[in-house]
Amino acid sequence: MVNVAANAPLLLSGVGGMRAVLSGDGVDFFIHELVPYNFFGHTVYLTTTHVCELIVIVGIIIFALVARHSIMHAKTVPTGMQNVVELLVETLEKYVRSAMGTHTKPSYVNYIGTIILLIFLCNISGIIGLRAPTADYGTTLCLAIFSVSMIQYNNIKHNKIAAFTSLFKPIPLLFPINLIGEFATVVSLSLRLFGNVMAGTVMIALYYGMLPIFAKIGIPAFLHAYLDVFSGAIQAYVFTMLTMVFITDKLEG
Amino acid sequence: MNSNITNEGLILACSAIGAGIAMIAGVGPGIGQGIAAGYGASAVGRNPGAKGDVTSTMLLGQAVAETTGLYGLVIALLLFYANPLLNRFLKL
Repeated sequence: MVNVAANAPLLLSGVGGMRAVLSGDGVDFFIHELVPYNFFGHTVYLTTTHVCELIVIVGIIIFALVARHSIMHAKTVPTGMQNVVELLVETLEKYVRSAMGTHTKPSYVNYIGTIILLIFLCNISGIIGLRAPTADYGTTLCLAIFSVSMIQYNNIKHNKIAAFTSLFKPIPLLFPINLIGEFATVVSLSLRLFGNVMAGTVMIALYYGMLPIFAKIGIPAFLHAYLDVFSGAIQAYVFTMLTMVFITDKLEG
Repeated sequence: MNSNITNEGLILACSAIGAGIAMIAGVGPGIGQGIAAGYGASAVGRNPGAKGDVTSTMLLGQAVAETTGLYGLVIALLLFYANPLLNRFLKL
C-alpha cells in the first residue's frame, strides 16, 4: 500500500501558490519562500517573485538614470545613448497614438510605456536565469487591477452618471451580466498574462529538469527565444493594447 | 474485494484525469488561431502593403482567442500543484 498521506502535505498550497512536489526530480519552476515575516498575525513570505521583480526594477532604474543623464546633456546631433532613448520614447508614443488616435494624452503614454517596459522585461527575465515575476498570479492580478482602475476612472470621469446608467442598457434585466462583464476584465487580463508566462516557465523547467546533459547545450536557446522573448513580447503588447482599447472604448461610449 | 487505494490516492488520481480533461480546452483556441492566421495570410496576399497592420491585428485577435485555452491550463496547473480538493479532504 502506497503511503500517500505522508506526501500529501507537500501538495498544500501556501499564500504564494505552488509548493515543490517534484523537488526530487530536478524540475523546479515553483515559487520558493525565502524569508518569513509576520503580517497582522499571518505568516507570509518574501518569495523568489519579489527578488526577481526587484532585480528587474533595479535594471530599469539604472537604465532610467543613464537615460536621464544622456538627455540632460543632450546634443543637437544625437549620438549613442541619446539615440536609443529618443527612439524608445518615439516608438512608445507612436504605439499609443496608433491605438488611441485623437484621445492620446501624454499621461496615457507614460502609463502604457511604464507598464509595457515592466511586463516585457519581467517576461524575458527568464533568459538570465531568473524566475519570471509575471509567472506569479499575484503580480499579474496587481497589474490587471491597475489597468482596470485606469479604465473605470476614465469611464466615470468622461461619462459622469452615464457610466452607471449604461450598465442598465439595453434592458435593466441585463444589469448583473453587465456588472460581471466589467469585473471579468480583471480576470481575463491577469489570467492571460499569467497563463502564457507560466506555460513558458513550466515547459523550460521540464526541458531542463527531465533531459540528459547533452540535450541542454544549444537547443534551449531556441526554446528561450520562442517562449521567453517572442511570447513575452506578444503578451506585453496584448496587455497594453487591450488596456488602450478598453480606455478608448469608454472614452467614445 | 479488498482494494489498496487510499482516499488521498483516489483524489490525486481523479485530479490527474481532470487535469488531462481540462487541457481539451486547448482544441478550441487552436482552431480559432489557425482560422485567424489563415485569414491573415490571405489578407497579406491580397494587400502586401498592409502587412504590419494585418500582423498586429491578427496577433491581438489570436491572443484574445487564446484566453479560453489558458483558463483550462490554469485549472490543470491548479489541480496538479495547488489541489483544492485534497486540501478540503485533509481539513475534514
